[in-house]
Formats: sequence, C-alpha cells, structure tokens
Amino acid sequence: MIEEEFDAIVVGAGMSGNAAAYTMARQGLTVLQLERGEYPGSKNVQGAIMYADMLEQIIPDFRNDAPLERHLVEQRFWLMDDTSHTGMQYRSDDFNEAKPNRYTIIRAQFDKWFSRKVREAGATVLCETTVTDLVRNAKGKVIGVRTDRAGGPIYADVVVLAEGVNGLLGTRAGLRKMLKPQSVALAVKEMHFLPDEVIEQRFGLQGDEGCVIEAAGTISRSMAGLAFLYTNKESISLGIGCLVSDFAKTMESPYVLLDAFKNHPSIRPLIAGSEVKEYSAHLIPEGGYKAIPQLFGDGWVAVGDAAQLNNAIHREGSNLAMTSGRIAGEAIIEIKGRNQPMIRRNLALYKTMLDKSFVVKDLRKYKDMPALIHTNSRNFFMTYPQLMSQAAQNFMRVDGTPKIEKEKATTAAFIKARSRWGLISDVVRLALAWR
Amino acid sequence: MLKAKREAPPSAGRGGIKKELPEHFKDYRHVWVFIELERGEVHPVSFELLGEGRKLADKLGIQLAGIVLGPPGDATQHAVAEAFAYGADLVYLVEAPLLADYRNEPFTKAMTDLVNAHKPEILLLGATTLGRDLAGSVATTLLTGLTADCTELDVDVDGSLAATRPTFGGSLLCTIYTLNYRPQMATVRPRVMAMPPRTDKPVGHVIRHKLSMTEEEIITKVLGFNLDRQSAKANLAYADIVVAGGLGLGSAENLQLVTNLARAIGAEYGCSRPLVQKGWMPADRQIGQTGKTIRPKLYIAAGISGAIQHRVGVEGADLIVAINTDPNAPIFDFAHLGIVTDAIRFLPALTEAFTRRLSPHSHDKLAS
Amino acid sequence: MHIVVCIKQVPDSAQIRVHPVTNTIMRQGVPTIINPYDLFALEEALRLRGAHGGEVTVLTMGPPMAEDALRKALTYGADRAVLLTDRCFAGSDTLATSFALSRAIVRIGETFGAPDIVFAGKQTIDGDTAQVGPGIAKRLGLLQFTYVAKIASIDLDAREITVKRRSEGGMQMLKSRLPCLITMLEGTNEIRRGSLDDALRAARSQIVKWSAAEAGIEDLTKCGLRGSPTVVKRVFAPTTRAEKATQIDMTDKTQHGVADELIAAIFTRQPALEHELAFDGGQ
Repeated sequence: MIEEEFDAIVVGAGMSGNAAAYTMARQGLTVLQLERGEYPGSKNVQGAIMYADMLEQIIPDFRNDAPLERHLVEQRFWLMDDTSHTGMQYRSDDFNEAKPNRYTIIRAQFDKWFSRKVREAGATVLCETTVTDLVRNAKGKVIGVRTDRAGGPIYADVVVLAEGVNGLLGTRAGLRKMLKPQSVALAVKEMHFLPDEVIEQRFGLQGDEGCVIEAAGTISRSMAGLAFLYTNKESISLGIGCLVSDFAKTMESPYVLLDAFKNHPSIRPLIAGSEVKEYSAHLIPEGGYKAIPQLFGDGWVAVGDAAQLNNAIHREGSNLAMTSGRIAGEAIIEIKGRNQPMIRRNLALYKTMLDKSFVVKDLRKYKDMPALIHTNSRNFFMTYPQLMSQAAQNFMRVDGTPKIEKEKATTAAFIKARSRWGLISDVVRLALAWR
Repeated sequence: MLKAKREAPPSAGRGGIKKELPEHFKDYRHVWVFIELERGEVHPVSFELLGEGRKLADKLGIQLAGIVLGPPGDATQHAVAEAFAYGADLVYLVEAPLLADYRNEPFTKAMTDLVNAHKPEILLLGATTLGRDLAGSVATTLLTGLTADCTELDVDVDGSLAATRPTFGGSLLCTIYTLNYRPQMATVRPRVMAMPPRTDKPVGHVIRHKLSMTEEEIITKVLGFNLDRQSAKANLAYADIVVAGGLGLGSAENLQLVTNLARAIGAEYGCSRPLVQKGWMPADRQIGQTGKTIRPKLYIAAGISGAIQHRVGVEGADLIVAINTDPNAPIFDFAHLGIVTDAIRFLPALTEAFTRRLSPHSHDKLAS
Repeated sequence: MHIVVCIKQVPDSAQIRVHPVTNTIMRQGVPTIINPYDLFALEEALRLRGAHGGEVTVLTMGPPMAEDALRKALTYGADRAVLLTDRCFAGSDTLATSFALSRAIVRIGETFGAPDIVFAGKQTIDGDTAQVGPGIAKRLGLLQFTYVAKIASIDLDAREITVKRRSEGGMQMLKSRLPCLITMLEGTNEIRRGSLDDALRAARSQIVKWSAAEAGIEDLTKCGLRGSPTVVKRVFAPTTRAEKATQIDMTDKTQHGVADELIAAIFTRQPALEHELAFDGGQ
C-alpha cells in the first residue's frame, strides 16, 4: 500500500511528459513520473530534430549539457521519382550562430538527459512501470493510477497523460477515441552508422554542422508520405512514413518502401558503407487540428502525441509536445496556487492557454491540409513528382530539340496528366489550405 | 644471444608503463602447462596447450613442463605419461589423496607452492570451469597478471609473452603483456588451439613435490558428483562435423531442419548467439566467442550472418560451408564454400542428397 | 544475513560498433546494461534474503554513470547500493579490480555488517575473464565456489553451506562454510520484477558513493593502471582472409542439383570425410 499522495502523476517520459514533469517539479509540486520503457527514451522514436526555442522556454541553458548531435545549416526538399530528384536547397552560414535554432538529436540520449533534469528538479521517476488503469472516485474524477507492478494504486490530484500516440490508457478509460487509420502515419526509421568525417565529407559539413533532406514523391507509391534523412554526429537517421489507412489500402509494406528509399540512386551513395544498427517503427498523429481530442477532464489532462498535437505539414511534433507539456504544467501550477480542485472546469485553463500558443494556432492554420493531401495523394505523391522530373530532365538534356518545343511538351504533359482544371484546382486548394 | 635480446630497451606500454622486471623475477624460467585431470580423465585442452607451450618454449630456448596434480594411482601416472607423449620435457607432479576431486583450496595451494619453488616464466591453463576457478586464485595469490581466454600466444622480441584475446564481445582483438611480474599467466579455451600430434615417448624427468596440507585444513568437502548424462558441451566442441543454424532460419521450429541434417550425417548441432538469446536453443549449444569454440573437419552454417563473435568460434574448422540469402553476409568472408540461397529450402534438399549419397547401396557402388 | 552482490555496468555488446578506420569503439548511442550474468547472482541473493532474512548490498566499481546500474539493482529489490568510483581506478585489470572491490567489501563489512556471502556473476560479457570473482575471494580469504547451479542449503547457526557446482562433465556437491564467495551459473533463476514500493524506494535512495580514500584504500599503487600487472599493448581488428568463399552458383538449378554439387565439392576438398561419413554417419 502506497500511502503517499502526489500533486501530479505524469504518465510517459517523452518530450511532453518530461516538459510537464520538469515544469511542475521546478515549482515545488510533488511529481511522480511513470515510464513503461527500460529507461527514458528507450521506447521513444523520432527522427529527430529538436527546436531550440521551445526547449529554451523550459530549460534556458540546455546547450550546456544536453546531448545535441548537429545544428542544422542546410535543408533540402526533394521531389523524387524512381531515378531522379528535383530539389530545393537552402543553406546559410547565418545558422552558424551562437544559439542555433534547430538541432538533430538522438532521442534515446536526449531523453535520458531530459529525464535527469526532471529528477534533478525533484520529480520521482520510475521506469519499466506501465500504468494499466486510471483510478476514479465516486464522482468519476481521476484520482490516481494502477501499474503493472505489485502494490498500489498511487494517488494524485491530477494525472497528466503523456503516453504517446498509441497510449491505450486514455483510450481504454474512454477519455478519447481510438485513432483513425487516416489520421495517423506509420513511420519506419533506421540508424546508419558512419564515421563523422565521412558524414561531413558527403554532406559538405564542418564540425557540428548538420543537414536535413526531406523527400516526397513516387517513393511513397502514391500514398501520402514523406521520407527523411538527418545527419547526426556519427550516424544518419533515415526513414519514411505513410498514412496507416494508405498502407492498409495499398497493401504496401513500410519495410519495402524504406528499402526502396535507401536504394534510390540519390540516397544510396550518401549512406554507402554504413552499418545499420537500429530499426524502429513509430506512429505519428497526422489528423491536425480537426483530430484534436478532448484535452482535459476531471482530474486529467492530455499532452503531446497523446493529444494528437502534431504539425504534419511542417513535420513538427516534438516542439508541440514540449510546449503542450509545459503549458499543462503551468496551468496545473496556477490552479494549485489558487487552491482550487483539479476538476474539469478548472483544468479548462490548460486549453485556454494552449489555444493562445503557437501550438493550436499553427494547427488551426493548416486545418484543411491533411484532408486535402490525403484525398489527392495520387496527384501530390505520384503524378506531380514524375511530371517535375520529366520537366527538369527535358530542360537539362541537350538533344537538338528546340527549347520552345520542350516547354510546350512539358506544359502538355502536366495538362494531360491532371487536366487544366485539375491543375488550377490543386493550386487553389493548396493555397487555401496554406493560408 | 637470447639474453641480450631481453635486455633490449624497454618499450612503453599503452599506459606508459616501462618494462622493468624486478631482480627477484629474473630467474623465472620455462613454460608450464597445467594438465587438467578430473575424475581420472585428462581434459584434451591440456594437450592443445602443450602444443602451444612447445612453440613458446622453442622460441625462448627453454623447457616445457607439464604440471600434474592428482591422487596416487594409475590415472595420475597415465596423465604424466600423456604429458610427455604430447611434448613435455619434464613433469612436475604433486600426488596426494587430497587432490582426488577438484577443490579450490588444495589445488591453489599445490599450484602456488610449485610456482614459488620452481619459478616458471609462463603458466598456461585451460579456460574450463576448473581452469578458470584455479587460475584466478593462483594469479591473485601470486599477485601476477593473468590474461583469460586467449586466442593466440606468441613471444615478443624481448621475450615477453604476447597474449592475444578478443575484447568488447569479440569485435576487436587485443594483445596483452604481463611486463613486470612472473609468471605470465594465460588461459585458453578448449579447441581454440590445434591438437598437436601424439608421439610415443618414454616417461622422462618427473620432479615430485609434496602437498603441505592436510584434510583437516581443508574446509570444503565433496559430498558427491553427478555425471552429466550426455555432455553436449564436450561433444559439440570436439565433434568432427557440426551443423549450426542462425536467425536466417526464421523460427524455432525450423531448427528441426538443422537437427535433421545433423542426424543424417552423424554431426553435432549448434547455433549462433541470437538464437540462445531468443531461447530457441540452450546456451550449451551456442557456438562463438561467448559459447563453444569448435574445430570440426566440416562446419555447415545455415542462416548465420557471421558476426565476428561467431567467427572466432569457428575459424579453426577445416572446411566451412555457408548458406545465406544475403550475398554480402560477412560469413562469406571466412567460409570456404558459399551458397546464396534460403537455408529453409536448401537444408531439406541437402539432407536428402547426403542420405542418398551415404546409403549403403551407393557406398557399395562407389567402392566397386 | 548480509549478502554483498558485485555487479558491473557493461555496454550492450550486441550494439557495439567499431570505427572502420581507427579501430576504436564507437560508444555513441550504445546502451549500457547490468552484466546479464550478474542478475542470476542478484536474484539468488534476493531469494536467500527472502528465506533467511537480512540485507542485500549491491556493489559496483565504475564511472559515475554506473549509478544507473545500481539504481536498477535497487528496483529489483536490493536494500543498499555502493558505487566505488575514482579516477585512480581507470585502466584496472582483473587483479587491480579484485583489489579495489575487496577493499570496498571490507569497508562495507565495517559500515553495514560483515557479509556472510559475496556473490558475483560467472563472468562479464565485455571482459569475459571470469577472474574477478576468484580474485576477490582470494584477497578476502573467502572460500570460493564458482559456476554454482544451486545453493542446496544454508545453516546460519552452524555457518554451513551446501552448493551444487558445475564442473566439466558433471555437477559437484560441495559442503563448506560461511563466509564464502559464489559465482552463479546462468539460467539458474530468473530475475524478479520489483514491487511498486521497491521502485519508489530505488528512485529515491541515496547511492553510497565512495572514492578510493573513502573505501579505505591507501595504497594507490595497487589501483588502476599502476596496480595492473597486465598491459594492453595493441588493439586491432581481426584480419580478413584473402579469398572469399567459393560460391556455388544457383542460377537455373534445382535445390537438389545444388545440394549434389555442394556434396561433391565438400568431398573434393575433404576426401577423408566421405569414408568417415559412409561408415560412421547416417542414422
């Protein structure tokens, strides 16, 4: 029997859970954090890119000791067909600043560091402990949790659900619905190890500079999907993700897609000679604004992926997770400070604060985007990349065809594939969704 | 000449430690091999070590001695004779009833007394359960260096023992020296070294030593001994033909394909480390750096990728056949014959082909 | 009874990579674990505590980050953890390691009560030497039982212990006296899952951290590189054999055809095998 009662129990030790636990523990709340993985980060899968601003708001001097891989100075967007890529590339020495904006990280290491900070702030962190049930009182307010370890339950004023995208706890407790296949992506990732000097040579990097490639196109076999490649210090993370509903429809396997990506002539030389050490798969909430579930209730709040807070268009998740965790923590501190109970009416403060932040504003901006991309995935991920590639090749190849004919051929190809009306409507709808 | 070499300028080690052998160690001479006698049998690793010890002794121009510790009787005398047959120049013998069963206390006492009295330069033991139990106690009592599980033994230009062993789970090898202490101790696992030829030699010079210990001084008593019914350990390490399966077999059920082939050709069977970790096979069937080292005439590896840790356990095989779907699998770097195919489909075909070829009928045909 | 369990934090060897050019270990991202063999020792100690009462102290020597391994051991249910950490221990071989650990065990005895049994794993997965346990026993003058498959009985009043010990070709039954050192054989038990209380206690426990001086070690010449008679002279990757395997081509052939071809190739290279197989092999 655990006599002790905590101010807050945080379920999960990912970005959002750590941000929430850290924020609350720093302000003197008694916090218990429960993580099912062997250590914090062991179950967490992400590319991964970390956004400095959002972490600075939680731990201002994180650069002193956080395990950061490379700061990004270059970003490449590739539209790929089977043999080519058409690219846009941005690189700037301005990114070599005193406090760089974006870093690649390895989640297993970063999360361990973050968790240490949480413990140093005063929270009690238990790993290899899975929360199996929420405990409610007669009025239905969540008052604690049960775990898969002998003993318990443990009680707290409020439970922060930071259990990740496929955390079953909230779903089982009826706090939110099961994920819909069309609003969640399945991403697979591999870590390819290479000596740092090889990585620096292949990507034209110096010291801790890093580069990111994001690629879309025929690589996802007409499904809505995105492939990525991030440079770490001594490894390259690369992977590909597509909607679960698409995988189900096309019967494609993520392994096969990843293999095709790795063997693409534009990617293969970048990872040649590497040693693959890790393979992992992860679900990413892609539903955007319209898929955000109930975020709070009597005695509980949901943060991060557990609340489906993910910006699929900008491929930002961890910063939304961190920020939602921090805001949830701040809301709870505020309510506690007013000596109010952690009931639904009061916890609505979390939603109010979140609505004012970039998290919800960004998601609202792109609220129509997921549906558009997903219903038109064949055009966006198959037809256009092929057309772009043909156009570029047509433009580059010098074979005696008059330039005017080349341009005509390109235009004709676009119209033939998509019709004039289709093209215009795609552009208009894309612009509307972006607005 | 050799002496001059030993006084060559000391070389700095990785830790910057200079070689400077203290005066009292300078009269330590000769190579000793512990002849492991348990329950009347000499462990074959002792003969393998005599083969290695012979080479070291010849390079250094010194003698090779066998160390026999055992109870009075035929078995001990037989061990002495075998030591000579496998190349020892002389044997140190401690014959005492207290040494009938292995116990750490009297064996450590017997061995350390022998070393202190006769001062060997190099002392080699088999890395068996007995050898490892004894070696650690002896080295700590003598306060000298011990390099465990060596895969190669050599003599450096300055006469030091260069003991090479795998490190970091077998990903790398390292060469270790015991610079300023004597004896230089090393253990070697069974089958890592080749078995030297046996020659019928008369029993040579035997130096007897008394065990200055009584049963009353020994606290530990042996209550009994349960022989293993069928020792897979011994059979696998010393089998002439071994068939092994790896992750490429896909499931525990498919290990049947390996055991079927093994039965058909009278082979022992084993597996790579991941299968033991998955619980598909018991640990005593594991082949590799952390399992058994094998030296068969024929080794068939099915669905094994050939990580270094596996490689060091099988490299001594005369002929290695690898079956793997991945043409780039590292196993093809050290196998002699390779087939790029799915072992799950190929093993039954191979079993059938062997059975056909080896049936009495076909044998008659071949003989005629 | 008081039981001390020696554990080691090791890199998960399945995830170790070697730099292809410099042949150094690339540690980045390699997770560390409690040496798996040590868990059998820890579980045995916890079982003995359950049967006879008393306390279990876990001890490790290592860098400050080895605290993670100790905390995990507490989660399994150990009562106390001691971390022996000092820069002077760097580069210890088995002799220097057994010296430092044996001194720490003496200090543990003085501080928390003399141990009745010291446990260790049968070997580590990074060093694989199996020599530190026997070294500690000898340094402390403890009776030593390696490769123990079962502790058959313990009589605390008579200070007697009976163990079943793995030996080549069989199991030895030995009767002896406490205190002693035991290294446990793998597969003899399964590490338990600590209760919520254990986990909470582990998360909040203060790990006892001792420097060399705090562990009562005055003679630093017996520690680390200086106290290690063995010196690593060279680390290198195994050389690759010049020629690769001769591939038997599969194109346009049946599995049976290739099998016959392979058998022919085997017997060509090892002619003696054919006769041995014909006479000894088969059913």
